Amino acid sequence: MRKILIAATAVMLAAGASLFGASAAEKLKIGFIYLGPIGDLGWTYQHELARQAVVKEFGDKIETTYLENVPEGPDAERAIEQLVRAGNKLIFTTSFGYMDPTLKVAKKYPNVHFEHATGYKRDKNMATYSARWYQGRYIQGQIAARMSKAGVLGYIGSFPIPEVVSGINATMLGAQTVNPNIKVKIIWVNTWFDPGKEADAAKALLDQGADIIMQHTDSPAPMQVASERGKLAFGQDSEMIKFGPKAQLTSILDTWAPYYIARVKAELDGSWKSEDTWGGLDSKMFEMAPYTNMSEDKPPSPRASFIRSNVLLRARTARKLNARVAIILTTARCWA
Amino acid sequence: MELVEAIVLAVLAASTPLLIAATGELVTERAGVLNLGVEGMMIVGAACGFAGAWLTGSTTLGALCGIVAGTLLSLIFAMMTLGLAVNQVATGLALTILGIGLSGLIGAGFVGEKVTPAAHLHIPGLTDIPLVGRILFGEDAFVYLSLALLVGVWLFLYRTRAGLVLRAIGDNHVSAHALGYPVLRIRLFAVMFGGACAGLAGAYLPLAYTPFFIPGMTAGRGWIALALVVFSSWRPGLLVVGAYLFGAVTILQLHAQGAGFGIPSQFMSALPYLATVIVLVLISRARTGGSTAPAALGTVFVPDR
Repeated sequence: MRKILIAATAVMLAAGASLFGASAAEKLKIGFIYLGPIGDLGWTYQHELARQAVVKEFGDKIETTYLENVPEGPDAERAIEQLVRAGNKLIFTTSFGYMDPTLKVAKKYPNVHFEHATGYKRDKNMATYSARWYQGRYIQGQIAARMSKAGVLGYIGSFPIPEVVSGINATMLGAQTVNPNIKVKIIWVNTWFDPGKEADAAKALLDQGADIIMQHTDSPAPMQVASERGKLAFGQDSEMIKFGPKAQLTSILDTWAPYYIARVKAELDGSWKSEDTWGGLDSKMFEMAPYTNMSEDKPPSPRASFIRSNVLLRARTARKLNARVAIILTTARCWA
Repeated sequence: MELVEAIVLAVLAASTPLLIAATGELVTERAGVLNLGVEGMMIVGAACGFAGAWLTGSTTLGALCGIVAGTLLSLIFAMMTLGLAVNQVATGLALTILGIGLSGLIGAGFVGEKVTPAAHLHIPGLTDIPLVGRILFGEDAFVYLSLALLVGVWLFLYRTRAGLVLRAIGDNHVSAHALGYPVLRIRLFAVMFGGACAGLAGAYLPLAYTPFFIPGMTAGRGWIALALVVFSSWRPGLLVVGAYLFGAVTILQLHAQGAGFGIPSQFMSALPYLATVIVLVLISRARTGGSTAPAALGTVFVPDR
């Protein structure tokens, strides 16, 4: 009797496994861990747009799940593991602070593939991806130095991690090609997302004499402060011109969709490999929003000349398009 | 000098939501009810306040929507803890989680929209006085309201009979009940007042501080308001000191960073909390006698058990 029972159990398990296997083969489950709310209009919003693009691209072949507002640090492990247990085979953890938690879960589940944004730790089943935003920051530095009357730029930093520090350095180097005496004032707010605090930091920078605001935090609050004070600013991660129609010079737009689609495709056809992707403007890992609010009469410095044509062209077309720019994400292909 | 003025203005703006929310929670706790849902009520107040202001175009109506939303949410808390005598800590935490989710739902359609920020007072002559003019006579209505609210609460608690009864209920609900005071009814009003204040404090954020709505924009301010109530030893006088001290250190550390003081930013970010703890220790040392917390705080009351 016992043998019959064991055999029956084995048959059931096999049937269950094959059933499960069949359904898994039908639909690839993909999980996303988000840092902020999907409506933050910045970092998380851009990842969400890319997820939607993936859904649109693959339709019925995949099923996506996302968890938003997941704090960075050890607790993220629980959230990531939850996605694994729910049957997700490809998991995107979309912030630097998820690095160690992702690695831990990746070691525990070797059959699940992980994609970690902006980190530097990899494993056989854990790839990393990031964009060379410093290129955009360099351009922003040149623009800022040309547009600043005070020669003082205000920079709101989040955390002193590689991505943020390289952004500040690139801004400084870019600005110095135009004005060697440029000053960059930095305030760290030690948060990615706190609109009130970001606004306070922007006010403090303007009160201390900066006339251009640059941010590496996720809400449009600094842009809005600059706009209220009649000063200029750069957006962050997404198009923020709505919050500063007269203030935004340009913005670095994170465009994750092509990468996400490529990786999901690789997962579907079994060619997924752990890699380190670090794309720049040329590979469209990010784009620059249309150049706006720049005066055309300012003579460009010779060393900034490579951006001159684009700057002037964009400034002109942007003004014409101003009414249409209200659409949050424009597909500005300024370098195409 | 202009920088000093700018700093004081920023401090007042940063402290006001904390002060309003903490004033409400102080009254709730003085009645013996611990409502940990301040963060949840604030964020729902922010979402509804913004929605109201955006739909009607009026900051005042927006603020009213925030107040109503905060009050409604506090009613859920009251039904659970006063009506069904459920654990207050668990209910308060649940209220926060509910509030964060609910605000995202309510606010989803308003993300990316803007409203005109609350108007600032302008009295010709007075507002133009250098240095103090804008600080004293050029604030938005919320700042004046927060101070009026605080004075009102102080007068109520210490100068009226009803205030005395409320404090008595917070200290010993059994005795108050035996004397014939309606414990649950007064607690209900106290909880609703706390909810209204939290809703107003939340509405301040998208209506005056950063005039747009984004999910999660309270970013923990409700918890700070809760901590400020403990900091103040449940006394309105110290509450205003605590709120402005916290706001001042928050803003000053930003300015210190901008000015290039070579102190690690992580330490600077911790300063407001550190300063609050140090002052709390100093206050406790200066005081003689036992705890100042309302004796019945957080305990459940079921009449005629």
